[in-house]
Amino acid sequence: MATLDVHHHIETHDHDDHGHEHHHGNFWTTYIFSEDHKVIAKQFLLTGMAWALIGGILSVLFRLQLGFPEANLSWLKPILGGWLTAEGKIDPDFYLALVTMHGTIMVFFVLTAGLSGTFSNFLIPLQIGARDMASGFMNMLSYWFFFLSSVIMFISLFISTGPAAGGWVIYPPLSALPQAIPGSGLGMTLWLVSMALFIVSSLLGSINYITTVINMRTVGMSFAKLPLTIWAFFLTAVIGILSFPVLFGAALLLIFDRSFGTSFYLSDIYIGGEALPNQGGSPILFQHLFWFLGHPEVYIVLLPALGITSEIIATNSRKPIFGYKAMVGSMLGIAILSFVVWAHHMFVTGMNPFLGSVFTLLTLIIAVPSAVKIFNYVTTLWKGNIRFTPAMLFSIGLVSFFLTGGITGLFLGNSAVDIQLHDTYFVVAHFHLVMGSASFFGMMAGVYHWFPKMFGRMMDEKLGYLHFWLTFIGVYLVFFPMHYIGIAGFPRRYYSWTAFETFSGFADLNMLVSVAAIITLAAQFVFLFNFIYHIFRGKLAPANPWNSTTLEWTTPRLPGHGNWPGEIPTVYRWPYDYSKPGSKEDFIPQHIPFSETPESNLPNENDQIKLDLGGAGVGGNKH
Amino acid sequence: MNEAVDFKIVEAPAKPISMNPKKFGMWLFIASVTMLFMALMSAYIVRRAEGNWVFYELPNIFGYSTILVILSSVCLQLAYFYRVNVTRANNLIVATFLLGIVFLAMQSLGMYQLLKEGHHFTGGNVSESFFFIFPWLHGLHIIGGLVYLIIVFITLRKGSFNKVQMEMCTTYWHFLGLLWLYLFVFLTLLR
Ligand code: HEM
Ligand SMILES: [Cu+2]
Repeated sequence: MATLDVHHHIETHDHDDHGHEHHHGNFWTTYIFSEDHKVIAKQFLLTGMAWALIGGILSVLFRLQLGFPEANLSWLKPILGGWLTAEGKIDPDFYLALVTMHGTIMVFFVLTAGLSGTFSNFLIPLQIGARDMASGFMNMLSYWFFFLSSVIMFISLFISTGPAAGGWVIYPPLSALPQAIPGSGLGMTLWLVSMALFIVSSLLGSINYITTVINMRTVGMSFAKLPLTIWAFFLTAVIGILSFPVLFGAALLLIFDRSFGTSFYLSDIYIGGEALPNQGGSPILFQHLFWFLGHPEVYIVLLPALGITSEIIATNSRKPIFGYKAMVGSMLGIAILSFVVWAHHMFVTGMNPFLGSVFTLLTLIIAVPSAVKIFNYVTTLWKGNIRFTPAMLFSIGLVSFFLTGGITGLFLGNSAVDIQLHDTYFVVAHFHLVMGSASFFGMMAGVYHWFPKMFGRMMDEKLGYLHFWLTFIGVYLVFFPMHYIGIAGFPRRYYSWTAFETFSGFADLNMLVSVAAIITLAAQFVFLFNFIYHIFRGKLAPANPWNSTTLEWTTPRLPGHGNWPGEIPTVYRWPYDYSKPGSKEDFIPQHIPFSETPESNLPNENDQIKLDLGGAGVGGNKH
Repeated sequence: MNEAVDFKIVEAPAKPISMNPKKFGMWLFIASVTMLFMALMSAYIVRRAEGNWVFYELPNIFGYSTILVILSSVCLQLAYFYRVNVTRANNLIVATFLLGIVFLAMQSLGMYQLLKEGHHFTGGNVSESFFFIFPWLHGLHIIGGLVYLIIVFITLRKGSFNKVQMEMCTTYWHFLGLLWLYLFVFLTLLR
C-alpha cells in the first residue's frame, strides 16, 4: 500500500515538471539561453567572477593613490588615458568614480548576483530534490536582465564624463544634479538604468527561489529537514522581495528629480553662487528609502554565505551542526530585525536623539542572533574530526571575519560613538570585514566545495591552501589597520590627506594597506588558474567526494537535465547525521530510511518506524 | 495486506504541502508591488509631516474612477464564475477590459484637471509632485493587467481554457483594484 502511495506522489511530481522541454544538442539553448538551473548558476558564477576581478582592480587603483600619493603612475596611461593628470596622478573626479564603482560592483554584482545567483540556482533544486526551478523561463530571464544590467554598467566605465561618482549609496543632491560633478551626468543615468534592470533580475530570481523552496520539495523534505543552505537562500530571497522594490521607488523619485525637474530630494541649493529653482524636497528622505533597502541588502549579501558555511563546517567537522533550530531561528531573527535598524546609517543626519537611541537599541539586538550563529559554528567545530579542505578553511575564515567585523558593528551601533566614527575608515574596516570579506569567503568556500558537482572534476588542494592563506592574511593586513586610521578620524572617500598635518602620521600604515591589497588581488589569480585549469584538466570527481549527506551528492558525477536519471530520492532524515553513534559510516545521507539503520537510531526514530508498522509492534530492528 | 510488504515500507514520509508554483509566484509579485507602493507612501507621509505642504482638493473624477475599477473587478469575477460558458466569459472579459480602459482615461482626465487648476508635476510644491506619482504608477500596472486580460481572452477564444491562468489574472486585477481603492482613501484622507 504504502509503496504504491509513494510512487503515486513521485509520479505526479514528475508530471509537474514536463513543462521543461528537453533541449538536445543545440549550442544556443544548452549554453546560452538555457533554462537549466545548473547552467544558469554557472552563468551567474562566471559573470560574478568577471565583475569581482574588475572590482578588485578598481580598488587597487585607488589604493595606489592612497598608499603612494606621490607616485608617478604614467605607466598606467595605456589603460587609464585621460583619467591621469599631467603629473601622472589619478584625477580626483576619477578617484570618486573608482570608489563608487568598486562599491556598486562588489555589493550588487558580485556579492548579490554572483553569490545568490550562483548558489541559490545551483543548490535549491539539487538539495530539496526538484528537477529544476519552478519556472525555468523566469530563471533564464533573471540571468539575462542581470547580463543587460552588467553591460550597461560596464559601458558606463568608458564614457567621457566617467561613471557614477556619488558613492555606492548615490545620495542626492550630489547624484541628482548633473552640474555637481562630472560623474552625476550620463554616468549616473546609466547607473540608474543598470540598477533598475538589476532589481528586475533580482526580483525574478527571488520569486523563483521562494516558490521553488515552498512548492517543489521532494517527498519527506519537511521544513525541519531542509539543509541550512536552503533556509539561508530562502530567507535571503524573502528579504530581497521586500526590500528591492523600495530601492526601486527611491530610484524612481531620483530619476524624476534628475530628468523631469521635480524636487523630491532637492531644496535650497546654490551651485557656483547661483540658486537652483528646486524647493521643498528632502535629501534625508532619500537616505531613509535607500537604507531601508541598504541594511537588508547587507544581509542579502551575508546570509547565503552563512548558509554555505553551515553546510561546509558540519560536513568537514563530521559532526551535526550545533543547534539546527537555533540557526534557523537566528536567521529568521536577523531577517526580521534587518528591516528595523536602517537608521543606524543616519545617526548624524540630525535625527532626533530619542529616535537615535531607539535605533541603537534595535541595532544592538541584532548582534544577539549574529552571536548565536558564531557560537554554533564554534561549537560545531569543537571536538570535531576536522578535515581541513580549502572550502573548510574559507568557512572558518568567514567565521573569523564575521566575529571581528561584527564587534566593530557594536561600536558603530551606539549613536553617540558613531558621531566620531561615522564616515571614517572605521566604518570601511567594519563593513569590509563583516560583509565584504566574510561573504567573499563564503562564496569561495562554496566554489571549492561544490566545484566537483558543478564541473565533475576536482580542484587542486595545495593551490587552494595557498590561495586561502594569502587571502586570509592579506585581508586582515588590509582592513585591520583601517580601524586605527578611522579612530584617528580619517574620513572615507577622500582623495588625499597629505594636506592635513594630523593624518600624515598614517602614511606608512596606508602604504602597508595598499601593498597588502595588491598582494591579495594577486592571490586571486592563483584561484583563477586553479578554477579554470581544473574545469578541463582536474581529476574526475567521485559522486560524493566529501561524504556528505545532502541530496545533491546522490546525483551522478555530472547531473544532467532533470538532475536525477531515475526517480527523485525520498527524504527520511535531517541533513546532519554525521558520526551518529552506532552507525557503520560517519555519515548517513538524507535518503536512507531509519529502517535501514537500526544500529544507530535514537529511540524516537525507532518509534516512528513502529508507528508506521500500523501496530505490528516489532520495529525495524529485525530488518 | 501481507506482512512482508508492511515490513519493508516502514516509513511513509509525507509529501510536503505545496500549491501551484505559478500562482504562488503571482502572490510574491504582488508582495513586491505592494512594497513599492508602501515605500512611496511612507515617503509621502514622512515628507508631509515635515510641513511646507500645500493642501488642495482632488477632482471628483477620481471618486468615480474608483467605483469603476471596483465594477471591473466584479465583471472579471463573474467571468471567472461563468468560465464554462465561453461566450459569456469572453463577453465579461471584454467588459472588464473596456472598463479598465475607461478607468485609465478617467485617471488621465483627473490628472489633466489638476494641471488645469495649476497643480503641476514639476515646479510647484512637493505635495503636488507626490500626488501625480500614484495614479501614474498605478496606471502602468493597470496597463500590465490589460495585456494580461488580452492573453486570457485569446486563450479562451482558442478554446484552450486555462484555469490557473485565469485565476492568476483575476487575482492580479483584484489586487490592482484594491490597491487603487486604498490609494484613493489614503490620498483623500491624508492630503
Ligand atoms: C552581520 C553583518 C553586517 C553587515 C553585513 C554589515 C554591513 C554594514 C555596511 C555595509 C555598513 C556601511 C554603510 C556605509 O556607510 O556605506 C555598515 C555600517 C554600519 N554597521 Fe554594519 N554590518 C553588519 C553587522 C553589523 C552589526 C552586528 C552592527 C551592530 C551591532 C552593525 C552596525 C553598523 C552601523 C551602526 C553602521 C553605520 C556606521 C556609519 O555609517 O557611521 N553592523 N554595516
Ligand atoms: Cu546597517
